[in-house]
Amino acid sequence: MALLTHLFGKLANAVALLLAVLVMNFCLIHLAPGDPVQVIAGEMGGASPEVIAALRAKYGLDHSLLEQMFTYLGKVAHGDFGYSYYFNQPVLGLILQRLPATLYLAAASLVVAVLIGTVLGVISARRPNGLLSHGVTVLALAGHAAPIFWTGLLLLLLFGSVWPILPVNGMTDVVNPKTGFAYAADVAKHLVLPSITLGLVFVAQYSRLARVNMIDVLSADYIRTARAKGLPERVVLVKHALRNTLIPIVTVVGLQFGNLFAGAVLVETVYSWPGMGRLVFDSILRRDYPTLMGVLFFSAVMVIAANILTDLVYRLIDPRIRAGAR
Amino acid sequence: MSTMESSLAMAQKPLPSVSKVPKAVSPARAALRQFMKSPSGVAGAILLLLLLAGTALGPWLYPVDPLDIVGLPFAAPAADAPLGTDYLGRDVLAGLIYGGRATLTVGAVAALITIVIGVTVGALAGFFGGWVDALLVKIAEFFQVLPPLLFAMVLVTLFGPKLSTITLAIGAVSWTSAARLTRAEFMRLRDLDFIKASRAAGAGSLHLILRVVLPNALPPIIVSATLAIGTAILFEGGLSFLGLGDPNTMSWGLMIGQNRNYVLDAWWAVTFPGAAIFLAVLAVSLVGDGVNDAVNPRLRRR
Repeated sequence: MALLTHLFGKLANAVALLLAVLVMNFCLIHLAPGDPVQVIAGEMGGASPEVIAALRAKYGLDHSLLEQMFTYLGKVAHGDFGYSYYFNQPVLGLILQRLPATLYLAAASLVVAVLIGTVLGVISARRPNGLLSHGVTVLALAGHAAPIFWTGLLLLLLFGSVWPILPVNGMTDVVNPKTGFAYAADVAKHLVLPSITLGLVFVAQYSRLARVNMIDVLSADYIRTARAKGLPERVVLVKHALRNTLIPIVTVVGLQFGNLFAGAVLVETVYSWPGMGRLVFDSILRRDYPTLMGVLFFSAVMVIAANILTDLVYRLIDPRIRAGAR
Repeated sequence: MSTMESSLAMAQKPLPSVSKVPKAVSPARAALRQFMKSPSGVAGAILLLLLLAGTALGPWLYPVDPLDIVGLPFAAPAADAPLGTDYLGRDVLAGLIYGGRATLTVGAVAALITIVIGVTVGALAGFFGGWVDALLVKIAEFFQVLPPLLFAMVLVTLFGPKLSTITLAIGAVSWTSAARLTRAEFMRLRDLDFIKASRAAGAGSLHLILRVVLPNALPPIIVSATLAIGTAILFEGGLSFLGLGDPNTMSWGLMIGQNRNYVLDAWWAVTFPGAAIFLAVLAVSLVGDGVNDAVNPRLRRR
């Protein structure tokens, strides 16, 4: 019951935030220098005054700003995010069509990052002053400093020309389209480089976090008890220590969803991955504002959803929060 | 000699007077001394100085216009263009030298904007609390919901890819973490006795914020400022990479963005500017670690 009330509060807050994002979207478009109709006309390669007046009426630009804003909000409430004049289809459809590819990429990168990060962190926590531990620290620093698009291009260079064992372009094999299980395998193969590129950025942080927490946890009394009971070291590490190390990592993963998404924009551009990132890139090139604003709104939706989900998972892993009031 | 003098002084005055405490070391000097003890911090500082010297002195040592076409496109590194040429036949080394000026300036100025906005918001929220805090936290929450890079992309697309717009956009989207940090520090300090004493002595809010609380909240803020520079450099790179760089000003990000489609034809045109960004961000984060050790001795990383 407490959980439901809590969740309801979170959702109400989310709705308020999203409404604010929409209002900002609207204001941004109208604050931007240049008449939107002129921009649209420019994109079409020029238009006569009559056409411009017609466009103005069509987009409701002949009404007052406040009226326009309520019209806009009303449309969004009905799922109408405007019409992309470059892709020539409704923005909502465009986004929903691209969303799965980005979610695959994000999920795969998270797996890469959490897995490698935790393993490196745990390894280096066992001997905090050992050579391996220092190596992990250096690696973490380097991983943080390397621009994601640069790592992507270097991997593209490596696997595109020097050692061509992995596909470096797109999501599927266009020449030999596959179906069923072979299709899934094909997508997975195309996913390897993009997800490693995106995942590496976060490995640094997760390994550092895992290391610090693991050192903390390993010096705790209950670990000493577990060892004293004669449990094998592997069981102590994995069953007792790791569980408590994972809690802060889950939190950070959830809070970083926005960064993950922004990173996906860059990675998708490098590897021509057909997700939202590509969509952003194309709409920037064409100055396709409705699409850009739609993506901004949807990314806010995803970040909020990720935050709420993290909160729930956190409550599931950590019984202390479940028991006590927030 | 000095040892003798001091021992003489000791002999003459066996009991050190209470008023004559050892000469106080200024906090800045103490921090500097502590910083010099951190090998990674010193390495970062040296690397950063080298990069700054390269971009500052480069034009005298290597007077080539980065926007001039000096040879055939995609010429491999050779004597007349030590790092090769790009897709238009422009000199990559000249691009690195001049591009560094733009990139490092954007990084520094954007970080400054980030910190000024973040500290102002955080200080007001943390100091006043109540509805001011509630309102500012809501605003920060709003900004946190939008992925910063994406938000910056939208801003630059709408207001045009100029170096000034890019810098402002980066500052405008990345202030929330500095604000959160400052807010926490101010809330912690607000109720300490010496602040209360100051308040009781009749100090105004502005005086309290700027002269009493802020100096004490400074250490973590300085660390986050160092880190903000690295983030801003990566931002500039990302925006330019997506075609949102200022096409009239050479920058490291612009070089990568413009040459990225030809990476298989001319690896040097993207690898070198990328390495430059990498080194700059690495240098700044090493310095940040060193500064952290110097100003937060108690919070030293394990």
